[in-house]
Amino acid sequence: MIRGADIVVKSLIAENAEYIFGYPGGAIMPVYDALYDYSDQIKHVLTRHEQGAIHAAQGYARVSGKVGVVLATSGPGATNLITGLADAQIDSTPLVCITGQVAAHLLGTDAFQETDVVGLSMPGTKWNIQVRSVEEIAPAIAKAFHIAMTGRPGPVLVDITKNAQIEFGEFNYVPCLGIRSYRPYVRIDQKAIDAAATLINTAKKPYVLYGQGVVLASAEDQLKAFLDKTGIPAASTLLGSGALPQDHPSYVGKLGMHGNYAPNLLTNQCDVLIAVGMRFDDRVTGDLKRYAKQAKVIHLELDPSEIDKNVKCTVAVQGDCKVSLEMLTEAVLTNSHHDWMQKFRNLENEEKEAVIANDLHGTHGGLHMGEVIHLINKFKEEDAILVTDVGQHQMIAWRYFDYKKTRTQVTSGGLGTMGFALPAALGAQLYDYKKQVICVVGDGGIQMTIQEFGTIMQTKAPVKIVLLNNNYLGMVRQWQQLFFDKRYSFTELENPDFIKIAEAYRIKAKKVTERDDLEASVAEMILHQGAYFLEVVVEKEDNVFPMIATGCSVEEVRLS
Amino acid sequence: MNRYTILVYTENFIGILNRITIIFTRRGINIDALTASESRLDGIHKITIEVTVTEEQIVHLTKQIEKVVDVIKAYCFTDNEVVYQEIALYKLPIDSLDPGVEKVIRQFNAHIIAAEKEFVVIEFTGHKEDTQALLEILKPFNLLEFSRSGRVAIAKPKFSVQEYLNNQT
Repeated sequence: MIRGADIVVKSLIAENAEYIFGYPGGAIMPVYDALYDYSDQIKHVLTRHEQGAIHAAQGYARVSGKVGVVLATSGPGATNLITGLADAQIDSTPLVCITGQVAAHLLGTDAFQETDVVGLSMPGTKWNIQVRSVEEIAPAIAKAFHIAMTGRPGPVLVDITKNAQIEFGEFNYVPCLGIRSYRPYVRIDQKAIDAAATLINTAKKPYVLYGQGVVLASAEDQLKAFLDKTGIPAASTLLGSGALPQDHPSYVGKLGMHGNYAPNLLTNQCDVLIAVGMRFDDRVTGDLKRYAKQAKVIHLELDPSEIDKNVKCTVAVQGDCKVSLEMLTEAVLTNSHHDWMQKFRNLENEEKEAVIANDLHGTHGGLHMGEVIHLINKFKEEDAILVTDVGQHQMIAWRYFDYKKTRTQVTSGGLGTMGFALPAALGAQLYDYKKQVICVVGDGGIQMTIQEFGTIMQTKAPVKIVLLNNNYLGMVRQWQQLFFDKRYSFTELENPDFIKIAEAYRIKAKKVTERDDLEASVAEMILHQGAYFLEVVVEKEDNVFPMIATGCSVEEVRLS
Repeated sequence: MNRYTILVYTENFIGILNRITIIFTRRGINIDALTASESRLDGIHKITIEVTVTEEQIVHLTKQIEKVVDVIKAYCFTDNEVVYQEIALYKLPIDSLDPGVEKVIRQFNAHIIAAEKEFVVIEFTGHKEDTQALLEILKPFNLLEFSRSGRVAIAKPKFSVQEYLNNQT
């Protein structure tokens, strides 16, 4: 017989959890006490805030493909996880969060640090459960890992009352292999594959859109094989970036509000649209009433609730896209689409002249964010991971980062959580200390979780942090300029001395204000052994283009 | 907008009802009526939801409900595809009982299911329109209290949750 708290830790070890990201407190103290005995089998990372813990776990999960594990106490410890849960839910990131809870006999009495965590976290979790006795602990954790990782991944929360942690019980871990009410995978319908193949074979202007579903299904090779055989142009969503190397001949760019010119514009000219593992987010589609109305749509998607949700499809291929892409590749004819592809290349050149040239090769005035990313590309390794926060820097970094490998893109896509990047970069780095993890942040977002400098210091994670500082909440300011008559309502920031803050945490830091110093500084940062903080002061009022304004159609994408 | 009945078969799991109702809350959709009870299958609960939405919405809602991990299966039906019934109870003071009331009870084929010193309770089952019609008639007789259930429903199309469960192993 062992304590419930030991069962919690031994269950996590049985699930091969490598790291726990957490923060102790009263109702979870027995588990922390147990952790003390297992530090040779599982590592715990003490963040400076529970939100930091969950974002770190997200970063870890996104680059590793494994479940991120979070530990927090009851009440405020648990409520501080809510933003991360919502973020992981909308971005399909597998997490198992374990929260302490007051003893079962105190439930519902407004006891100290009691809050209804199951109720609060319900909309932001794929599944959650409250465990009130020791024998329920191991089965609940087994089920949690199964649900988090299978099908469309997502966050799961297990709330464990303090009495259950203290009680003694038998430990006999049985991994969960299936749940009768939950069947995430279905047999792929060969008829749907054949119908899709017929559409593709007869298409004159077929077009592939791929999303994170490809990464989550580990279907990168299958996507590439399909594109190699068919020669169809392919564009990526924000979270799909990295699924296909950007130097692949089929790759034509990025979709969405601040994506590339051609991929957005030509969405309304293709005849067959093949969506793979993506969910037609409003930031991708713009005005749905004017989105790809001319096209027949094929949707390869695991989650049945995504099919026909935003865009009605002609052929739905429900199931794991790793399998469906393979079946589809088998069923289609070898082909090429030279003229159609050339249309993308021509528009790409227009975008280069109108936007990209100046973004990447500024010659006068303040530094552009794009110049920094351009130099990062010059010095980074092929498999370097880019972690970004939310805002202008996120869009610019995504637009210009040279994605060569899968699972190198970590950002808050669906929820748009400012403050995500710094802790997420830490989590990504801990998965592999040898990989380059480059964290690009803005001066707004970094201050939302800046306390995680402390965790970077304590773990000695060699994260490269690039602050693109324009002393503004830049994306909001851009909207104020374009849509609110330049009424810059509360978007200008009076910022602290970031260098001093980084140095106070013993992180090597440097500030660049001049174009001439930029290249050497970026090189120094990338080559530096430990963590490095590079602040680049950029042009205050730069805008991100191309842009599809809210309510506009993809074909109304503007270059200025 | 049409009236639909969603039949949801779930595991008997704490919080499952909340997980289902927040799907409606989030989308600003009002649930017209809801009943929950054990089904004929051991350990499986059946929730019957009545809702007035568009065809597009009902498909979306049903998929979202079925996505819930502890939901086994969810089916949606139009009113024509289900046989449904609601029960209503009416409490009347003894001194307001007169031949008029007796006539109404006979007409509606309602029942007096309890008689106390001060009051009687009349029970009547039917569709909402029917129980509502009786309510309007009884109101002038100093009706003391009225209570109506959500609908219970049996689908006309053939489906079997048992078969569905058997097929998966």
